[in-house]
Amino acid sequence: MYPYISITPEDEQEMLKAIGLASVDELFEDIPEEVRLNRDLDLEESKSELEVRAYLRELANKNCSLDQMTCFLGSGAYDHYIPSVVNHIISRSEFYTSYTPYQPEISQGTLQYIFEYQTLICNLTGMEVSNASLYDGGTAIAEAALMAAAVARKKDVIISKSVRPEARRILKTYAHIQDLNIIEVDIAEGVTDLEKLKSLVNDDTAAVIIQSPNFFGLIEDLEEAAKIAHKGRRTSFIASVDPISLGILKRPGELGADIVVGEGQGMGIPLSFGGPYLGFMAANKDYMRKLPGRIVGQTEDMEGKRSFVLTLTAREQHIRREKATSNICSNQGLNTLAATVYLVTLGKEGLREVALQSTKKAYYAMKKLTESGKYKPLFNKPFFKEFALTSDIEPEVINKKLRDENIIGGYDLGQDYPQYKNAILYAVTEKRTKAEIDRLSSILEGI
Amino acid sequence: MAYDKLIFELSKEGKKAYRLPPLDVDDIDVEELIPEEYLNKEELDLPEVSEVDVIRHYTNLSNKNYGVDTGFYPLGSCTMKYNPKINEDMSRLEGFVNLHPLQGEDCIQGSLQLMYELEKALCEIAGMDRMTLQPAAGAHGELTGLMIIKAYHEKRGDSKRNKIIVPDSAHGTNPATAAMAGYKPIEVKSTDKGIVDVESLKEVIGDGEDIAGLMLTNPNTLGLFEKDIVEIARLIHDAGGLLYYDGANANAILGRARPGDMGFDVVHFNIHKTFSTPHGGGGPGAGPVGVKEHLVEFLPTPMVEKDGDRYYLDYDYPNTIGKVKDFYGHFSILVRAYSYILTMGRDGLKKVAETAVLNANYLLSQLKDDYYLPIDTLYKHEFVLGGLKGDNLEATTLDVAKRLLDYGFHPPTVYFPLIIREALMIEPTETESKQTLDEFAKAMKEIAEEARTNVKLLKEAPHNTIVRRPDEVKAARNPVLKYEG
Amino acid sequence: MSVLKDLYYTKDHEWLRVEGDEAYIGITDFAQEQLGDIVYVELPEVDDEFDKDEAFSAVESVKAASDIYMPVDGVILEVNEELVDAPELLNTDPYENWIVKIEIRDKSQLDELLTSAEYEDYLAEEV
Repeated sequence: MYPYISITPEDEQEMLKAIGLASVDELFEDIPEEVRLNRDLDLEESKSELEVRAYLRELANKNCSLDQMTCFLGSGAYDHYIPSVVNHIISRSEFYTSYTPYQPEISQGTLQYIFEYQTLICNLTGMEVSNASLYDGGTAIAEAALMAAAVARKKDVIISKSVRPEARRILKTYAHIQDLNIIEVDIAEGVTDLEKLKSLVNDDTAAVIIQSPNFFGLIEDLEEAAKIAHKGRRTSFIASVDPISLGILKRPGELGADIVVGEGQGMGIPLSFGGPYLGFMAANKDYMRKLPGRIVGQTEDMEGKRSFVLTLTAREQHIRREKATSNICSNQGLNTLAATVYLVTLGKEGLREVALQSTKKAYYAMKKLTESGKYKPLFNKPFFKEFALTSDIEPEVINKKLRDENIIGGYDLGQDYPQYKNAILYAVTEKRTKAEIDRLSSILEGI
Repeated sequence: MAYDKLIFELSKEGKKAYRLPPLDVDDIDVEELIPEEYLNKEELDLPEVSEVDVIRHYTNLSNKNYGVDTGFYPLGSCTMKYNPKINEDMSRLEGFVNLHPLQGEDCIQGSLQLMYELEKALCEIAGMDRMTLQPAAGAHGELTGLMIIKAYHEKRGDSKRNKIIVPDSAHGTNPATAAMAGYKPIEVKSTDKGIVDVESLKEVIGDGEDIAGLMLTNPNTLGLFEKDIVEIARLIHDAGGLLYYDGANANAILGRARPGDMGFDVVHFNIHKTFSTPHGGGGPGAGPVGVKEHLVEFLPTPMVEKDGDRYYLDYDYPNTIGKVKDFYGHFSILVRAYSYILTMGRDGLKKVAETAVLNANYLLSQLKDDYYLPIDTLYKHEFVLGGLKGDNLEATTLDVAKRLLDYGFHPPTVYFPLIIREALMIEPTETESKQTLDEFAKAMKEIAEEARTNVKLLKEAPHNTIVRRPDEVKAARNPVLKYEG
Repeated sequence: MSVLKDLYYTKDHEWLRVEGDEAYIGITDFAQEQLGDIVYVELPEVDDEFDKDEAFSAVESVKAASDIYMPVDGVILEVNEELVDAPELLNTDPYENWIVKIEIRDKSQLDELLTSAEYEDYLAEEV
């Protein structure tokens, strides 16, 4: 017997009899002989929990996790603190073993937290509508671009080179299948060259995409970029933002963004070697019936009780089929719950404090690391929690040395930007301490 | 009175659920660091609650949910099997959960080894040569798969192929994905036996010059094995197209048959269906995509490779379709899937398919006296009923579904596939006991009796749930999508 | 199921009421009944140009969505703004509540449309 199979040999015999068959093999007689697998799969035999646990623990121990290392690496995934309540709530199996809430009567728990999530995202970004989330920050940018192109019925999408390189790669993959033209705007001193942007926007522009804080951690002038974008006819201005930064930075909705997307990993979701994370998307009301993904709405039941349902479903693949806004038919469910619990746990004061501490510690680190002059700031612009330093030493050498000291060093910018060879991008969250920063500084000085 | 608060309604000025250590670096005013024009001067529009409030609120919400751990969940094509607890524990091992995706290669050897071994296992199960673990979900896998098919035709300079054939019984995602990938989906009819009509397929293919490929679920959405699959594959390949396997229903054939052996060129698996990872109220899942040798060059990067004892990320695929997702996919979901594959092994996975098929056919045998069975044959993991048997019944499939809620069961998938009227699509999965199946059958029979004698009970159902038939028309006509206070 | 005389019809269940070189377009009683409770009507913009058979609008119910196609080539002169706040008007009276008013580009295309009698026959045959 297997622990997850509840049919006994006796049951099996009774059930076969009820079906009118003599053996289990007869259940598969409709599979043509030539495509039957007449051998065992080349996998190991089944195992006990103890054996599986021992093996996977061995694999996990081959990694050097952040429990043993101090992390100064960010670049799209951040080591923010996750309050204990988050894991306790998402571990409730009424949440994690449930399906998409298609039966509202027995899914009010899921539907309500998504409604709360939509509210929190709208309030945080200053937008009017939010969907129930998308796969991650990268695909959220791509989905936003496709939506903007569909709304404007145009093909040109302009994106700044200061947007995270991996997100731009995903956009290119998506753009290819829809025949969109991706036009990249250059950067000047680490931020989008707005003069260049001005020269590129015209009536063929479906969307302009800017990330702020951008890949280098620098704060972009979203307000000015939005004005430029809106010179185009029916051009959508898409802002990709770090939700934690909205603890102190102006809301993109007030700066002229039409669509706001971003990576929500920082909101209570562990690093988990890259996923699953959380893509969020919020927009002006004009886009409400074009948004990809699920949306929850408030309504009343037969007795007039407040209740929640999946709504505006005519946008979605199971009704629209080939005319759907997107083919997406899931959201990040449990991670949406994690972000919801995170945001309400931090609340009005907490999110601001996380943002402030991250910024102040990042500025302290920048000052400390550049004191001796051995490492210089790559840019001289306001930033949020990440900054780039350059030196004569190769990033590989620096990061190897830090690794030996149980520190995860920053991101080697030369990988994506040949012009920034020997530049490293450091991330500092509220979790880092003065002692850790000072230690990083002294090791760097010793290289 | 059931709990009915929103978190915002618990908010009170001054409450806190969170505390940070005091700032231990120079406390410089933020205005001196960041120019004021960028700073938000207003208070954040977030609630103020205590930790006790948070825990009580979301615990109360969880009590309004129904999960696999609560009871039977016979949703057709969703494979709501039990989610083993060891998988959850394994995904939360420190070495997996607290790992940054961009750490140096020597720091991530355990994760890379896991991905490498999982890819090998999934390839063996699917009968494919290589697999990308990057796609985030089934729909994302479909999109990735069609991108690969597109890249294959493009590399051959075969630019006329702009159509993807999809059966009329297909899940709505198939045509939606085809359209998103820039193809025109064209429908092929099913026979009255519920499988692809080969003659109709020949007509749809025509001279074949514009056919990029065919998307097929096998067993299909009716729960039937496409017995003409070899012929179908030959027709598509002869026309120069490729075959895409939608793995939504792979649970039925584990260890018994493999898409690769049936002639499919591209395959995706729904990890959250076949490989037992939780549905999480709608996600996250994972949708790895496998390909045969001739398509390996187009896979998204990076792939995990092995050199001696060292595992590494390989970006050297000049013809790759590019990246489809951030980093390497839904890693912690993949850990759960590998834990499941190790637990079940080659013998257990085969037993999964056998029991899933046994359970489906047994449950069908218990229901067909009271419910209309449009196609009476051997099914695989699921079957589709056509509503209540009998003439002039007022009760619809929706009423049956809502009444089931009163009996404490999650209803089956309803009104899908579209080719069956009043469809009730039932997939019990292998994890359910005979007792559970019998209890469900008994409830279904009682409901059928009620439909004949006291239809009001069905029409006004559910009677015992915390809310009853929320008004979807109102929700869509006057959308209220956030709390306005 | 009502079918009004003196209107033109299409097999996609649109009607067309011609007034000189202009025409009103809506959906038929049959169409609204098939869709069920209509919750949203997507409207084009004035001055948008569409070819015959091009989708210019979409009508959504909770369980279905349907594109509305141009019966003839035309330019949008007016859209029925009332439908924005009250899409259910299409359920209450589909013939009274038009969706758009257009300028017909080529009146000869009217000959290809169905008369009320032909549309009634079509409904009888197809449904």
